[in-house]
Amino acid sequence: MPEPEPRIGPGLTPSATAAEDPSRERTHQGFPAQPFHHLDVLWVQVAGTLCNLSCTHCFVSSGPHEDRHAMMTRSEVRARVAEALALGVKEIYLTGGEPFLNPEIEAIVEDTLALAPVTVLTNGTLLPERRVAWLAALTRSARYSLELRVSLDGTDAAAHDAFRGPGAWLRTLAALRALSGAGLLPIVTLTQPEGSDAAEVTARCVEVLRREGVSAPRVKLLPMFRLGREATRHGNGAPPATLAGLPAAAFDAHRLQCGGCRAVTSRGVFVCPLLVDERGGHMADTLAAAARPYTLAHSACATCWATGMTCANG
Amino acid sequence: MSANGVERVALFGGVYSNHLALRATLDDIARRGVRDAWCLGDVNGFGPAPERSLELLRASGVPTVQGNYDHSLGHSLDDCACGYTDPEDERLAQLSYDYTVARVSEASRAWLRALPAEARLTLGGRRVLLCHGSPRKQNEFLWDSACSDAFLDWLCDAYGADVIVCSHTGLHWHRALAGGRHVVNCGAIGRPAHDGRPNTWYAVLSFAPERVLVEFIPVHHDHEAMALEMDTEGLPRAFSETLRGGVWTSCLGNVPIRERLRVHEPVAGGTAMERLHRVPQGRVEGSPPP
Repeated sequence: MPEPEPRIGPGLTPSATAAEDPSRERTHQGFPAQPFHHLDVLWVQVAGTLCNLSCTHCFVSSGPHEDRHAMMTRSEVRARVAEALALGVKEIYLTGGEPFLNPEIEAIVEDTLALAPVTVLTNGTLLPERRVAWLAALTRSARYSLELRVSLDGTDAAAHDAFRGPGAWLRTLAALRALSGAGLLPIVTLTQPEGSDAAEVTARCVEVLRREGVSAPRVKLLPMFRLGREATRHGNGAPPATLAGLPAAAFDAHRLQCGGCRAVTSRGVFVCPLLVDERGGHMADTLAAAARPYTLAHSACATCWATGMTCANG
Repeated sequence: MSANGVERVALFGGVYSNHLALRATLDDIARRGVRDAWCLGDVNGFGPAPERSLELLRASGVPTVQGNYDHSLGHSLDDCACGYTDPEDERLAQLSYDYTVARVSEASRAWLRALPAEARLTLGGRRVLLCHGSPRKQNEFLWDSACSDAFLDWLCDAYGADVIVCSHTGLHWHRALAGGRHVVNCGAIGRPAHDGRPNTWYAVLSFAPERVLVEFIPVHHDHEAMALEMDTEGLPRAFSETLRGGVWTSCLGNVPIRERLRVHEPVAGGTAMERLHRVPQGRVEGSPPP
């Protein structure tokens, strides 16, 4: 066998170090400042705060009459996506509220998917057969991935419906079965009960989904955030923890998703999809102007920090 | 550089301790007369007897960019930092890592530690950046269907490259961007591409003054012998089954839906993956996929 004679390429130059992290500033309030690295993920609140459900733990307090953030039009979404592409966005997440309440959702998904990978976050209660067929056809023909995220708040009807109302479990499970039957692989996002073991909860959810007829389940855990209705539900207890006391040396500028995402609603640009109703969450009117550091003063920032969570798929 | 002014370079990654595939790849590169080659990291993990691949690679003289697995082994870290999100993927990866870390010599660790995180070449007048995951992160997954053109353009701008070549995901792809820039994932030679076929893949890039050609080359090796060796070593059956069937049975947690569905898509002329792989040799830059 001839021995190959590879050699270092003629144009070899010394290897360079990857871009250094921006300096870690601390604000005068003592909260760490999260540098903005790059817009990897744009969240688009296409349904505003409008939802067909009124979940007791909703961190953006969405519901059938909640119009604090209005539904976005197809042209508004197009303009925001164009802004994001100009900044080199990697992928787009469509959320709400419930995205499938938006009458233009199919056009919005098709427009966006032609330009970037798309994930739609849904409660899975508005997916009739025709829409499942449309999703399946689009997923197969698109150049980029179209992911679906379907929310569960427990691994049985009692636990799930306690948050979402009677019948929600049955409707969502039917949708998951239909999506799976159409060959799709929805990502089930499950809220993780406080203090539970992540591997155990994931394994239980996978088992339940398989039993319910969902092949190859993909499960992502999310922590419970004391925001919106979930904060109201807990009443006025002890003030929640913040990152005010975090030692500068312990701060990792790549741990939090807000180093690489922004969220847009009909009311402007926000730091992340969690803080669209929170004081300090609004950053600017344009994505370019919101490409700057963010002061991590909210208690939700401490939850993201502690759990290492990201709202993104991976 | 050849007489016609074309500079060619072979790029392979994800050896994953598959020493039979590494030998087959090195032989194939030599047979094609491609004199320049780079390995884009992850020499170990998944397969058996890690030193066999390390010895073969070092003896070949092929310069190597450090992968996350190489970094973890070199620094004797607790895990491979593959970036899996699924607990079962993590469990299997840990079994494989524990097997591997116990069988790598101190000399090999020092070699792995010293590998560069990236390399920059100038080929055909173009700035070429070689990395393992992405230019910004050693274990970032760059999947074809999960990266917009806008993002890949930004990577080229931000890291000063006309051509970026990466690996890490184990699935090969090529994006010809507007303006003659390219991003290529050379795939993995140690594990099949989840397309139901047991061969693996590497890439040969040809740089001419006016164009860049990207060819993906199948690597045929005795996958059955490799699978048997893995079973004998007591590695997870999920891994050897992947070699035998050409379909991933683990580590799917991070794979986007387009890549996951390809294996299941029977259409006229074979699955989408099969059609993708039937790219004519010497495809011209910017030409649409078949």
